Amino acid sequence: MLKYIIKRLTVGVVTLFLLATITFFLMHVIPGSPFAGETTKLPVKVLERLYEKYGLDKPLSEQYIMYMKNAVRGDFGVSIYRKGKSITKIISNGLPYTARLGLVSVCFALVTGIFLGTVAAFTKRKWLSNFVLILATAGVSMPGFLLSVLLLLLFGVVLQWLPFVGLESPLHYILPAVGMAFAPISMIARLVRSSLREVMKQDYMILARSKGTPEKLVIWRHGLKNAMLPVITYAGPMIATLLTGSFVIESLYSIPGIGAEFVTSITNRDYTMIMALTILYGSFIIIANIITDILNAVIDPRIKLGK
Amino acid sequence: MSLLDVKNLCVDFNTDQGTVHAVRDISFTVGESESVGIVGESGSGKSVSMYAVMGLLASNGAIRGGSISYGGEEITETAFANHKAYEARMSRLRGNEMSMIFQDPMTFLNPVLKIGSQITEVIRNHNKVSDAEARARAITLMGQVGIPSPERRLNQYPHEFSGGMRQRIIIAIALANHPRLVIADEPTTALDVTIQAQVLDVIKEMKEKLSSSVIMITHDLGVVASFCDRIIIMYGGKIVETGSAREIFYEPKHPYTAGLLKCVHNPEKKEKLTPIAGSPPDLLMPPAGCPFVDRCPDAMKICKLKMPEMEQYSKTHQSACWLSEAARRKGEQHG
Repeated sequence: MLKYIIKRLTVGVVTLFLLATITFFLMHVIPGSPFAGETTKLPVKVLERLYEKYGLDKPLSEQYIMYMKNAVRGDFGVSIYRKGKSITKIISNGLPYTARLGLVSVCFALVTGIFLGTVAAFTKRKWLSNFVLILATAGVSMPGFLLSVLLLLLFGVVLQWLPFVGLESPLHYILPAVGMAFAPISMIARLVRSSLREVMKQDYMILARSKGTPEKLVIWRHGLKNAMLPVITYAGPMIATLLTGSFVIESLYSIPGIGAEFVTSITNRDYTMIMALTILYGSFIIIANIITDILNAVIDPRIKLGK
Repeated sequence: MSLLDVKNLCVDFNTDQGTVHAVRDISFTVGESESVGIVGESGSGKSVSMYAVMGLLASNGAIRGGSISYGGEEITETAFANHKAYEARMSRLRGNEMSMIFQDPMTFLNPVLKIGSQITEVIRNHNKVSDAEARARAITLMGQVGIPSPERRLNQYPHEFSGGMRQRIIIAIALANHPRLVIADEPTTALDVTIQAQVLDVIKEMKEKLSSSVIMITHDLGVVASFCDRIIIMYGGKIVETGSAREIFYEPKHPYTAGLLKCVHNPEKKEKLTPIAGSPPDLLMPPAGCPFVDRCPDAMKICKLKMPEMEQYSKTHQSACWLSEAARRKGEQHG
């Protein structure tokens, strides 16, 4: 097991390195520069000084080597757009907000998704099962920002039941977390419903009943583990995505997280920020995938790690 | 008194195409320590009737009529106050008093649970025993059904076992609590020919040891010949003939039984095997008359119109065919 984890982490580091390399060159291919967006056109002399300051005057290959050397040492440089602020500082200031909201959203998504999926799979009331299906379809097809705006208007502005600025109290988490978790809930509910129904049809469920095991225990002992496999496979990357936040939701609810940076850093050509966020998101995904694979192997003994 | 008494059992399945009348008014009994073979081709209703007895029908299937009694106790769902009461009673019986050996060892064991826990589950369901005791019993059982080094294999998963070994595990689960009634649903069909005989021997040996009643569902007359006291022949959801093994093999009354016997390979006689031409009736719209009429070499006009009554030939031998009736009438005319 340990050997497997080390192996996967090594592969992960190589993947991250490739990801960083590709991103580095790609973002320099995008036309424009960090200073092209300034409202007043800067004199050529000033521009030259700025380029020199951030090392942008050097050949691209040299910039790349320099960046990588620093990055390996944990130095991700300073933001070009937010004059002089260190990237590490910006991220370590914002990530806690984003991650906390992300964690709440993950728990909410898993609990609600699995609950709704189970209800839909077992209910004898047709309308209830259909209701969950409609909800799930809506969740997958309705854009997150639309739902978030609607939620904010209804519960925040019109009814004034819930606060919607910042993340000061537990109540503040409700609206943004619902917005974040809605699409994942739909996916999980559909997955759980179909995989539970599939599992219920399996022969080993009949054998379990033939032992005199009560139906609830048959489902709990024999069904759930099998039914969770596809859910785990989906949940891994979903958790990584939720933990890194959302541009729309963080802007909408004035959350000082890093979700917004993913979009703004690109429009601002904030090279160092783009790089740092790509590496951060990349590591989240890689770790989530490793955990997913390990969990799958723990649940299903037929899956052999490392083969 | 018989151990199992099934009267006028009817089982229907709701499907997208309509209602399938899988079992249509069958009655039979199984005595204490008796071995009964139920023979018929796929779709004849033999497995379905046994799943109905165990209360293990798929969710789209239901008993539409008749009654099942076990050891004198009525265990048809309609005899209980509600589904919950029925399930509560049946879960006391299943795996304890009556149990089932299933057809496909590759799919009937749970792939994500250890073999040991799958065996101890049935022990612990019906006995107040400690973990260690349940494990010890499971190890003994595994040894009894012929699994080498059971202490080690207890901790393995189904995919680490061969088909024959898995079937032995399923047998061990079925026999763990010494049930009085064991239903074996084509227990050798999914196995290699060489393994079939071994698995059959295990069942036979255990049956003798526990003196349980066994219902052996199969489409292989060779299997029942060596195993069963009495044979029930099913076709199109009905029982067409029943008798002692001797009577079925040497004096078959129903043309379907006779046809089946022609499909058995006998190495001593150099006869050609003759398959029964045609295919079984569509049970979405079961025929009004004898279900075998379209394939019967001796079909008459009346066969299509009316289902013949069961006719008694001896204390044990019964058959439902118009031929005997016709033959008797002829005899009366001549006499």
